[in-house]
Amino acid sequence: MTYLHNIGAYFIMIKDIFRRPTKWSVMKPLIFKDIDDLIIGSLGIVAFISFFVGGVVAIQTSLNMTSPIMPKNLVGFATRQSIILEFAPTFISIIMAGKVGSFITSSIGTMRVTEQIDALEVMGINAINYLVFPKFIALTLYPFVISIAMFLGVVGGLMASIYGGYGTMEDYLEGVRLDFIPFHLIYAFIKTFVFAFLLATIPSFYGYFMKGGALEVGKASTTAFVWTSVVIILVNFLLTSILLG
Amino acid sequence: MIEVKDLEKSFGDAHILKGITTTFEKGQSNLIIGQSGSGKTVFLKCLLGLFDYEKGSIAYEGKNFSKLSRNEKIDLRSEMGMVFQGSALFDSMTIAENVMFPLRMFTKQSKSEMEDRANEVLKRVNLDGAHQKMPSEASGGMQKRVAIARAIVNRPKYLFCDEPNSGLDPKTAIVIDNLIQEITEEFNITTVVNTHDMNSVMEIGKKIIFLKDGILEWEGSNETIFKTENEAVTNFVYSSELFRKVRKMYIEEDNQ
Ligand SMILES: Nc1ncnc2c1ncn2[C@@H]1O[C@H](COP(=O)(O)OP(=O)(O)O)[C@@H](O)[C@H]1O
Ligand SMILES: [Mg+2]
Repeated sequence: MTYLHNIGAYFIMIKDIFRRPTKWSVMKPLIFKDIDDLIIGSLGIVAFISFFVGGVVAIQTSLNMTSPIMPKNLVGFATRQSIILEFAPTFISIIMAGKVGSFITSSIGTMRVTEQIDALEVMGINAINYLVFPKFIALTLYPFVISIAMFLGVVGGLMASIYGGYGTMEDYLEGVRLDFIPFHLIYAFIKTFVFAFLLATIPSFYGYFMKGGALEVGKASTTAFVWTSVVIILVNFLLTSILLG
Repeated sequence: MIEVKDLEKSFGDAHILKGITTTFEKGQSNLIIGQSGSGKTVFLKCLLGLFDYEKGSIAYEGKNFSKLSRNEKIDLRSEMGMVFQGSALFDSMTIAENVMFPLRMFTKQSKSEMEDRANEVLKRVNLDGAHQKMPSEASGGMQKRVAIARAIVNRPKYLFCDEPNSGLDPKTAIVIDNLIQEITEEFNITTVVNTHDMNSVMEIGKKIIFLKDGILEWEGSNETIFKTENEAVTNFVYSSELFRKVRKMYIEEDNQ
């Protein structure tokens, strides 16, 4: 019952994001601030994780290639496939659910418990538009973050192969170019866009509708992380079945 | 003037406001008193239109709020200022930006016009030179004054204050009470203040309503409240040792 109620309230909130827009002169700085907080502020951790996980994928692929008849370019190929199809769009999004998601829930939740949201509404502002729309716009830049993750993951794999002595640069790069299917990239970016929307809206929902005090802000952030991750994993399964199945 | 008739408000099964009827006059401080949980904040948020209610009506200068069109509601909202219990300053903005925010929302003023007006009201609440501070760097009393400045910057006709003294030391509390009272008289505003502070009652309580479990139990002023026979009110008023002693002194004086 509460699940159904929450799902209903979530979709009503989605509609409210686009109703009664806030004045552009007020909205513009909010968008820039959210781009800074949510996108620019995430680049460091995303780059770091992508580079090293790309390296680990390459090393593990080489270590598992014990048979001599396997082509040497397989390492580059396997790394590219796992990074582009799964690691960058899905795994990074789960990490972002923790980083960006808890930031969104706690900042909106704090505004709720300190009555800042009431203060907005007294001034006739559609608080959902004011708070969530800039995050939604900022996260339309999320595909750039994922592009960087893809690039650095593949580069990380290359570095690990060469410097770990698992293969040559030529073999790896040949593998990266092997059997490239453009639709895989489209599939990855469709996922990325959908995940960006979930990352902007589910944590906002938990922040906006929270009740209680400072302690509950922490709890709401945890709940938001769990549900954002669960929904991302389910939607990932659904989209993969539809687009690749 | 605000006229409230038969106001009923529930959250699910919890019946919070039980048929409140009263009026709040212009140019004076109207106080809502009562214990924690008696429904003061809920009542104030109904007055502001933040909560819907099931029954009854609230009229501002004879205009029933719930019957207004959306644009009329926005116009009326722009005539209301609210001081929230915890000040509710936007913590991502400086003090000056907080005060200018309603102007940015409701008016088409230029940046320098808004700055002039912000300077004017910040001076009015005795906060010169704190403009560029962030709310987190200001003391509780300063935050409250910023909240008052933000509430009056757009020259409201109605000012609502939720426990403006909570969390303040007694001296600062009196300063804030007097500020609210002065502003109310100076600009001829209809002011409604929630409080459980007996000092405020004595200082500014021109009209007082007493809520108990969502029922309007008693209505009067700071002159009549000390003479009332209503037990719920006297229990509330004389819940503090200090006031019991003061009362005893008065009675002894009278007897001499
Ligand atoms: N948003 C809400 N949802 C459900 N119950 C609420 C809500 N706000 C207040 N209440 C309940 O209404 C009652 C009155 O609260 P309130 O008006 O805050 O009291 P106070 O007189 O201390 O300001 C309390 O029992 C409170 O739990
Ligand atoms: Mg209250």
